[in-house]
Amino acid sequence: MPEHKIRVLVAKPGLDGHDRGAKVVARALRDAGMEVIYTGLRQTPEMIAEAALQEDVDVVGLSILSGAHMALIPPILKLLKANGQEHVKIFVGGIVPDEDVPRLKEMGVTGVYGPGAPTEKIVKEIRATVKTAK
Amino acid sequence: MVKPNIESILSGERIALARLLSEVENDSPIGRAALDELFPHTGKAHLIGVTGAPGTGKSSLVNQMALYYRAGKIPKQVAIVAVDPSSPFTGGAVLGDRVRMRDLAGDPGVFIRSMASRGSLGGLAQATAAMVQVFDAAGFDPILIETVGAGQTEVDIARLAHTTLVVESPGLGDEIQAIKAGILEIADILVVNKADLPGIENTERALKGMLGLAHPVAKVFRHHGQEMVIQGSEPENAALWVPPILRTIATNGTGVAELVAAIEQHAEHLHKSGDWGRRERARMEAELEVLLTETLVNRFREGVSDSRYEKMVDKLVRRKISPWGAVKALLK
Repeated sequence: MPEHKIRVLVAKPGLDGHDRGAKVVARALRDAGMEVIYTGLRQTPEMIAEAALQEDVDVVGLSILSGAHMALIPPILKLLKANGQEHVKIFVGGIVPDEDVPRLKEMGVTGVYGPGAPTEKIVKEIRATVKTAK
Repeated sequence: MVKPNIESILSGERIALARLLSEVENDSPIGRAALDELFPHTGKAHLIGVTGAPGTGKSSLVNQMALYYRAGKIPKQVAIVAVDPSSPFTGGAVLGDRVRMRDLAGDPGVFIRSMASRGSLGGLAQATAAMVQVFDAAGFDPILIETVGAGQTEVDIARLAHTTLVVESPGLGDEIQAIKAGILEIADILVVNKADLPGIENTERALKGMLGLAHPVAKVFRHHGQEMVIQGSEPENAALWVPPILRTIATNGTGVAELVAAIEQHAEHLHKSGDWGRRERARMEAELEVLLTETLVNRFREGVSDSRYEKMVDKLVRRKISPWGAVKALLK
């Protein structure tokens, strides 16, 4: 039987139109052997939760540079839960002030990464969380 | 995970469906057991394949087709299976077909699932046919199957789909490309997308020339390039289908109504000529053969120790034995 492939949805919620970071991370996860579903720019929380459900992903990676993370992430978490996907791990990348990090983690976000975070670290932490969840 | 409730799949419950699709994709015992139970419920959906070179606009076209099916008087439940390539080195993949399908978000009558090819070379993944069965049993009709960006030989889709669209776009090749065997040959419908680009007339002319040179043939899929004998009466020549060439602009939906009409005409033709049944039979036979081959190979490999196998590869590398000789020695 083939090994379980880690499936990751990479999405950009909100209105900022800069997706280079999301693409770099998508590429790094691909090179780490994961299957990355890339959804592109300007996704609403509803679109992200729907895609996460249809694709049955293990992880949702959100790239947010607009500063709207405190507004965008809670509805995504709520929708995932409502869909029966509370097991899905959330990773956030982008511009997040330090004081918001503990608040996001309290809400249920697994990892938060700022600019310059090494992709190896992201890969390692995704692997570790998915392993414990299985 | 827990055993899927077959009832919840048949009633189209989305989370149960999504999870079962993963089990089936991973070829797990749970997935196989569910497929056994679901199989009697399959065979209802029209399977439409969409193939063509990378960047011809397959995903955008699938997006528009799904919108069109949803906008009909009786909206259809549309499933989309979109395959993108896995890296041959890391096994990872970036599946980007959803990017072009954002118009379909929020519609509970559409279910999009992305698949990585996971080492298969025919344009689909090994589990694509099984995933399609799950959607079929769950009541989705039509099921749109988008292949990886295909070159000349990724023709597995013609085995799986009832109707195969080959998508071309201006500037991709001349008349010689058009008369080669392979992908153009499998087209039931030829779509020239990006019809607003210059060069459209040349592409159309090359494709028309190809069709003009060809004598229409009954398209029952032959495997391994061999003649495949299908039981039942041969279709009459008058009933042969000549692939239409249609122009579309997938970014704004131009030509999509005509395309869907042609797809429906093709389905009608298949039913009238008896080709539908012949294709189904050829498909089942091909699928049986694939599974049988896989199972026999796996069963055989279980009986051969890894060290013996490795030694044989070593011998091959040192040219001490030929590949056929190795097979004979292992089977002894």
